[in-house]
Amino acid sequence: MKKRAVFCSLIAMLLLTALLVTGCGGSKDGGDKGKRQLKVYNWGDYIDPDVLTSFEKETGIHVIYDTFATNEDMYVKIKAGGSDYDLAIPSDYMISRMIREKLIEKIDTARLKNYKLVGDRFRGVSFDPMDEYSVPFMWGTVGIAYNTKMVKEQVDSWSILWDKKYAKQIFMLDSPRDSIGITLKYLGYSLNTGSEKELAEAGKKLLEQKPLVLAYVVDEVKDKMIAGEGAMAVVWSGDAQFIMEKNKDIAYAIPKEGTNIWIDSMVIMKGAKNKAEAMEFIDYMTRPDIARKNVEYIGYATPIPEVQGKLSKEVQESLAAYPPAELLKNAEFFNDLTDNLPKYDKVWTEVKIAQ
Amino acid sequence: MMGRRGLMYPYHLWMLLFTVVPLGLILYFALTDKTGAFTLANIRQAAQPVYLGVLWHSVWLALLATGVCLLLGYPMAYILVSSPIKYRNMLVVLTVIPMWMNFLLRTYAWLTLLERNGLINGVLRWLGLPALQILYTDYAVILGMVYNFLPFMILPIYSVLMKMDKSLLEAAEDLGADSFTAFRRVTLPLSLPGVYAGVLMVFMPAVTTFVISRLLGGGQYMLIGNLIEQQFLSIGNWNFGSAVSVLMLIIILLTMLVPGKYREEEGGMLI
Repeated sequence: MKKRAVFCSLIAMLLLTALLVTGCGGSKDGGDKGKRQLKVYNWGDYIDPDVLTSFEKETGIHVIYDTFATNEDMYVKIKAGGSDYDLAIPSDYMISRMIREKLIEKIDTARLKNYKLVGDRFRGVSFDPMDEYSVPFMWGTVGIAYNTKMVKEQVDSWSILWDKKYAKQIFMLDSPRDSIGITLKYLGYSLNTGSEKELAEAGKKLLEQKPLVLAYVVDEVKDKMIAGEGAMAVVWSGDAQFIMEKNKDIAYAIPKEGTNIWIDSMVIMKGAKNKAEAMEFIDYMTRPDIARKNVEYIGYATPIPEVQGKLSKEVQESLAAYPPAELLKNAEFFNDLTDNLPKYDKVWTEVKIAQ
Repeated sequence: MMGRRGLMYPYHLWMLLFTVVPLGLILYFALTDKTGAFTLANIRQAAQPVYLGVLWHSVWLALLATGVCLLLGYPMAYILVSSPIKYRNMLVVLTVIPMWMNFLLRTYAWLTLLERNGLINGVLRWLGLPALQILYTDYAVILGMVYNFLPFMILPIYSVLMKMDKSLLEAAEDLGADSFTAFRRVTLPLSLPGVYAGVLMVFMPAVTTFVISRLLGGGQYMLIGNLIEQQFLSIGNWNFGSAVSVLMLIIILLTMLVPGKYREEEGGMLI
């Protein structure tokens, strides 16, 4: 009896040690040594899997592919160290933070064959003004998705989100950056402001709106808008595209006051072991036929005009995917807020806890 | 060879790695700033009225949910105990079965059931009754908590009532107590350890939940769990998030200390 107990506890300890060892040594690369390889970190469901296969076949580079759900998740993992990714695809403001914290390396775009295809609009952007660190992958906007059966008027301003007619029929994004951002735009301010006064004003406006809001949501908004549970919702353009495919009554609008435009770009990690392979990957992703496969699979918008021209007419004319330039003249990128971030957090917390 | 005490080592190691060390880390983050220097600023910030309001709202909702669970759970446990043996086990299994399904899935189900054009409103409308508009309100959050945590109230009370010596009730009746007096003076006091365990087991997950309040409350009423999640995942301020966690730990610790006299009996009833 006693012997058995000792045996059992030994087994338990062995199991635990095994667990710990595998837990710590998680970054095993697999694959044989001689083979060239590349470790990629991307958003979930953000690439056509066929593209990865064809890249491996054409270049002989073995791709180890991991995904993340938010920029912040990715940042935390990279920042903590221990991960040995060569390439990641974060968004604009996160890229500027990574540049500042020296987490990513410069990219010699002159060595990229297809870099010249990237549209002018996506060069010299605020988060990477000299185009030194990032190569655009996809882009999109924030706007209003509305149900044309419930909203008969023309939607061209954020003010409709404050219209009492639609009380308890409005979905807002449960994301401080986006919700405060569009409110700042509505008030005529920059969505990167650090001014306490402007932020307080936006906070007041959001508090005023709160009784009209049905819910603050993120991913659920797609189901809810498709099911016709609300008249309108603040959404990312890619989600809008998805909703419109499933429910023909939904339309998308970019308000005239301006909005947030975002870009997810490819960056190379500081001290990447497979830099040459990463460069090949970037060039491959910007090749027109490949970029087209990706954009058709993902449903966001491509930063390569040549590819845009080859898409179906319906997609090309979709406001959600490719809004005309004049609608974007007031649009801004998010900058990394750095020290101003707590101010946004405070405003948002005050909005969220108000009864 | 290792003696019987050797058996404890894996347990001790486990506790050290997965309880003591993480707790120490939370305390460390709560009491330091971004550079790692000691500071009380995070704790002071967490004690601001804005954040205390969040804390209070979470405690209040959790208390309401616990109260409803107690009101529903005690009679249910009582019914389980007094039902014939033939059915009893089946009834207990039925109480537990919902817990075999993933918690998120069950909460998502309510999200669809309660919506404007959802199943419940469809049935109500068909019956000619007014539609229910509780999704994205506190009521839906409490409903979600009660639904998810009710078994944690029923089971401890049930197991205490099961172990109660029935001859005590007979003695009470012999001494002239009617059944209500017997319940009030014998059964109820004897079942209090179970009630206490049940209250704790419902209150703790209820006060820390962030999924239920986000899904069913539509993110309109931020609870303490949401605040902590936001600090860690979207704001990236681990220090402040840890300070709020410490504050919450203290609250939970206090609730555990209040009815301390039942604590020694606790171990026997938890399933």
